[in-house]
Amino acid sequence: MFGKSGCADCNNCSVPAQSKIERLGVKLGQSDFVIALAGNPNTGKSTVFNSLTGLRQHTGNWPGKTIARAEGGFSYNGKKYRMVDLPGTYSLLSATEDEEVARNFILFGKPDVTVVVLDPMRLERNLNLALQVLQLTEKAIVCVNLMDEARAHGLSVDARGLARDLGVPVVLAAARQGEGVDQLLTEIDDMANGRSGCNPYRMKYDIPTVKESVDELVAMLSETFPGMPHKEWVALRLLEGDPRIVEAVKTGEIGSLGSDHVATGTISACGN
Amino acid sequence: MTPEDIAKRASELRWKLPQDYHDRWVESIYAESARIASRNVEQEGKTFRLTWERRLDTLLTNRWTGIPIMILMLAAILWITIIGANIPSGILANILLDHGHPLMKQLADAAHLPWWLSGVLVDGLYLTMAWVISVMLPPMAIFFPLFTMLEDFGYLPRVAFNLDHLFQRVGAHGKQALTMSMGWGCNAAGIVATRVIDSPRERLIAIITNNFALCNGRWPTQILLATVFLGVLVPPAFAGIVSAGAVLAVALFGVTLTFFTSWILSTTVLKGEASTFTLELPPFRPPNILRTLYTSLIDRTLIVLWRAIVFAAPAGVVLWSISNIQINGVSLAQWLVTILDGPGWFIGLNGVILVAYIVAIPANEIVIPTVLMLTVMTTGLTGVGEQGAGVMFETSENSALAMLLQAGGWTTLTAICLMLFSLCHNPCSTTIYTIYKETKSLKWTLVSTFMPIGFGIVICGSVAFVWRMLAS
Repeated sequence: MFGKSGCADCNNCSVPAQSKIERLGVKLGQSDFVIALAGNPNTGKSTVFNSLTGLRQHTGNWPGKTIARAEGGFSYNGKKYRMVDLPGTYSLLSATEDEEVARNFILFGKPDVTVVVLDPMRLERNLNLALQVLQLTEKAIVCVNLMDEARAHGLSVDARGLARDLGVPVVLAAARQGEGVDQLLTEIDDMANGRSGCNPYRMKYDIPTVKESVDELVAMLSETFPGMPHKEWVALRLLEGDPRIVEAVKTGEIGSLGSDHVATGTISACGN
Repeated sequence: MTPEDIAKRASELRWKLPQDYHDRWVESIYAESARIASRNVEQEGKTFRLTWERRLDTLLTNRWTGIPIMILMLAAILWITIIGANIPSGILANILLDHGHPLMKQLADAAHLPWWLSGVLVDGLYLTMAWVISVMLPPMAIFFPLFTMLEDFGYLPRVAFNLDHLFQRVGAHGKQALTMSMGWGCNAAGIVATRVIDSPRERLIAIITNNFALCNGRWPTQILLATVFLGVLVPPAFAGIVSAGAVLAVALFGVTLTFFTSWILSTTVLKGEASTFTLELPPFRPPNILRTLYTSLIDRTLIVLWRAIVFAAPAGVVLWSISNIQINGVSLAQWLVTILDGPGWFIGLNGVILVAYIVAIPANEIVIPTVLMLTVMTTGLTGVGEQGAGVMFETSENSALAMLLQAGGWTTLTAICLMLFSLCHNPCSTTIYTIYKETKSLKWTLVSTFMPIGFGIVICGSVAFVWRMLAS
């Protein structure tokens, strides 16, 4: 159920994952899978991005460095992956430009896997974002980065427990040292190819009348826009009166959002 | 069911929802995060690192100690750069100018090149490039890695934190401190970085004022002038400190101008309140020294140097040409210099410098080499380049560079005014283009381009006026 995340001995795994990776940099071409990289500011997303794509996107120890989204690619196990480094955000609920870029990509860019990078020293705050991402997509992997620093602080993270609580694979990593990158690659590969199951922890909207209202709107949306993804989320934004979403629904544009990213024929175990 | 019906039904339903349901939803996510985190993270034993980090932060972001420490750090970096650039700069000048130039000349002669071709290639192209490398490379190779290490360490957000209050007071966004720091590397990069500012008003302020952050191309100019003209005014033991102090003063004056201009803009044409933002102070991270050296050498030093060389080469050709194309027996360069000498005098500069600024619009990096070339060509000083330019950063009164410039009529006033003018003049062409791309507005591009020149003329003019009043 939880993929290989429970395998505690991945560091000593005999499969030489790195040997199978070819870093493509920006030479993307037609890719088989799209991977989104989300996370709070300053959790080392760009370092993870660079270690996978071989790019030297400028990394710096200050938040808000990735201004728009950066893209790069790598090839692994004969499949081409396009990787998108989203701007760091604390949540996906507010209306700042950063959050909108990140949110829209996860929702409508149809990434095959969304990797959420977390900072173990600020796990409580970082998990907010992870939980919000899990509301939006089934295909997510949690990467707890900066483990080298966490160890220096005397922190230990129970990856197995975290994977159980979140319902998605959890990888402990220290991308600066290249630690855990192999395992992350394997997890991405497994999930993109539908070899690992996904059963993310979804919080319930257990606030009176909200659930009923969402359900009613979802029913209306499915009737008008069959096949539209993320109906529940759109319904919630409608309830909140998000002017962009209201406008997109009124014009019918919402039904075609995301079709710019042509489906890649992914074998999806999640039946989305 | 039409789309409009859905929107209508949504707004009907909205009235039935509990008022605070959004807050309750956010609260429940937070509670859930806290629960999951507490279950899966364990603190083993005591950590000294956290207390150490907290102590450092109280010191670095303290109301009283924060800003002085910031200034001291910048001063220390500048001092190390000035002291450290001496020797390599001397060696490079020795190789490229004292030996390289005559060798190239001989090679050109041996190849029986016509005089004009040898002039364009050796005296124009080669000499300008050699000057760029020997003047620019050593300070850059020291300054950038030091700066990058501070960035890696996590100091920049602390700078933003310290300056946030001041930026708020002048009606600008606190993140402008970050874009300003980026501007200290490169203004074009700083202007792209203003995308982190959401409000268009505050973003425009950040873009217009970014030019007051001394960039890569201008640090070496400042360092060179301070060393050659101001360092010599005091006993050699204090020369380094005085030079570093002078550069620091110019940099801080730039910060002051940033605040001043932001205030003027936010109280006149770009009125409004400063918006709030969240800035997380990241943990201090030990800089990865080898990687820092590598990236700052590859990504910054070599790229900037390459840009300088790329622009210096055609500039050298242009320079040689205007010095050798004659109208009525006087070279074109001489004509321009004579015409601009008058206005130049008023702002404490001279015709050579103004011509150099026109030729050097593509890149600030080549201002000083252009000035040197023009001085050599217009003063008719012979022998410079063969044995002249010598040790660029030698802080003695009879250094070849000082002698050359003094022959061109330079005084301490010229150096001070040039340092100020280098801070306040139009951005380089790349930056101007970037401003246009980011603002999509001709009006604001023109404002960003000409406002600093206006400042420069007023400031340099006043300094020259007061100086001459006191001197006479």
